Amino acid sequence: MSDHDVLPLRVYFGVFGTLLALTGLTTWIAYQDFGNLNTTIALVIASIKVVLVVLWFMHVKQSSGLVRIFALSGFFWLMILFGYTLSDYFTRTSVRGWE
Amino acid sequence: MSVPGAATARTAEPSNYLNAEYSIKSWFLTLDHKRIGLLYLAGLTFFFTLGGLFAVLIRLELLTPEGDLFQSETYNKLFTMHGIFMVFFFLLPSIPAVLGNFFLPLMIGARDLAFPKLNLLSWYIYMVGGLFTLYAMVAGGVDTGWTFYTPYSSVYANSHVIAAALGIFISGFSSILTGVNFIATIHTMRAPGLTWFRMPLFVWAHYATSLIMVLGTPVIAITIVLVAIERLFGVGIFDPAKGGDPILFQHLFWFYSHPAVYIMILPGMGVISEIVACFSRKRIFGYHIIAMSSLAIAVLGFLVWGHHMFVSGQSIYAGILFSLLSMLVAIPSAIKVFNWTATLYRGSIRFDTPMLYTLGFIGLFTIGGLTGIFLASLAVDVHVHDTYFIVAHFHYVMVGGMVMAYLGGLHFYWPKMFGRLYPETLAKIAAVMIFVGFNLTFFPQFLLGYLGMPRRYHAYPEEFQVLNVLSTAGASILGLGFALPMGYLIWSLFRGKPAGNNPWGASGLEWQTQSPPISHNFDEVPIVTEEAYAYDTLRPPAAASPEQEEVLHV
Ligand SMILES: [Cu+2]
Repeated sequence: MSDHDVLPLRVYFGVFGTLLALTGLTTWIAYQDFGNLNTTIALVIASIKVVLVVLWFMHVKQSSGLVRIFALSGFFWLMILFGYTLSDYFTRTSVRGWE
Repeated sequence: MSVPGAATARTAEPSNYLNAEYSIKSWFLTLDHKRIGLLYLAGLTFFFTLGGLFAVLIRLELLTPEGDLFQSETYNKLFTMHGIFMVFFFLLPSIPAVLGNFFLPLMIGARDLAFPKLNLLSWYIYMVGGLFTLYAMVAGGVDTGWTFYTPYSSVYANSHVIAAALGIFISGFSSILTGVNFIATIHTMRAPGLTWFRMPLFVWAHYATSLIMVLGTPVIAITIVLVAIERLFGVGIFDPAKGGDPILFQHLFWFYSHPAVYIMILPGMGVISEIVACFSRKRIFGYHIIAMSSLAIAVLGFLVWGHHMFVSGQSIYAGILFSLLSMLVAIPSAIKVFNWTATLYRGSIRFDTPMLYTLGFIGLFTIGGLTGIFLASLAVDVHVHDTYFIVAHFHYVMVGGMVMAYLGGLHFYWPKMFGRLYPETLAKIAAVMIFVGFNLTFFPQFLLGYLGMPRRYHAYPEEFQVLNVLSTAGASILGLGFALPMGYLIWSLFRGKPAGNNPWGASGLEWQTQSPPISHNFDEVPIVTEEAYAYDTLRPPAAASPEQEEVLHV
């Protein structure tokens, strides 16, 4: 880590401020009704926050290619978890004579 | 583990990691990967013994068809505590934490792991996690089974679920730290000349294992937190009465816990590769493909978890998918078995104790693996699900595979770790007893399961008694077999013959340094000029006879 440039403090405070603002936005949106889009909007805001944390707070932006691959594989594995779990939820059918 | 061996021969022995310092502080605040490995060995032995005592009680209850020794609730707690201690506090850390910690830096010619302080922290975290679970046990135990299935665990169980789960949650972080440490070490600290494809297969196996530890363990941690949240605050996550889905728990749990099987078995496979090559005195057959099959197992292992849920109400289409993928993961495991067998072929084989465990591993793991294929088939699984067939299957993999590899590795590396030899004849007797006792314990359970005896009950119909008596008889032989090494290995610390630096004539950097190794491992940084397992060019401990020469060069 020591061989990377240390980011100026204002970058951290900037990211921190943006995260707080987005949290406020999430809270505000929770009281509005966008119909089907409710979940989508909440998830989009959450994703933006994730990107901010990963790139700046976790220093992935200034890291070597190898570290980035490891960070990315974490998300790939998350997709495996979601994808295969959904393969169950999206294809559940009731067994005849059971319900 | 104290340092008695060093104490008796203090004057004669050259400086090493054991006699460098004697204070208690020098052990409990050590940053030496070798000493941390021994701290883990002490902790693991404690939890293994505890888990073993629970197994003894289970087998005693099952001696008779009536549930006469324990109440059913007590019995539920017994098998739960057996499972929790054995899986989370013995099997998962075992080889990586003891042999991995001790030998990974030695094998790659490094002075220590990349993060020695994280390494010490991981031991403390492991012990704190273990103490939480011990507290749960003393306070009255847990009865959910080691799998913590919801909604029973999150709503209905009246036992100490949270304390036990918290212990597992905490110990998970020790696993993550170990994984991160190993990955960083292998990437950055290899000796000059040690390219990736010159690394011993033990190191490859630990690399693959570390990937699973880092990628999988966070999921079980979060899952445990979700169970605790539902239990404490009544938030509907898994409880169908509150709109939750109990199957979601099983998805999350097995997303980690199936790959966790490979956290347990992969390091064992690494040990087996080392021993097979050494005691066949041959280059290992198919080095590259064994290395790659470790990575393939690590990745494919994450795609098969649904095979635990065929009868849970999971979608039948997902079931088909998971069944097919489970067949796929059998391939890299089979590749390893075939390669070890091919390594044996026309080798000049020596049947020392580590090799006996290794041959046991190959046979028993094959049975465990093949019965796994039965279970991965949708229709067969419906018949044997939740029966003793399952119990037999995973004990063949975990005990017949993993524990055999652990003991084989411990015997193989013991002379290097302590500079002393154990009594060979006694060790061989113990190895044979463990092999016989193990098969007598668990083979009847395949039959019991196939005949329909369900797992996790303290009573059973009378027609199953004969097989259960055989199983309990086997368990007593097995127990004695495990007690023997505990005795003679400790004895060897005081009285064992000096081992010399390389008693097996093994290749590898770890055998080129002194036994026991000096604190900083190597006097000068070793330079690697050849592949691992260059046994064709290496002299056996006693100079090779002409016949052996011939065999070696075929
Ligand atoms: Cu599985």
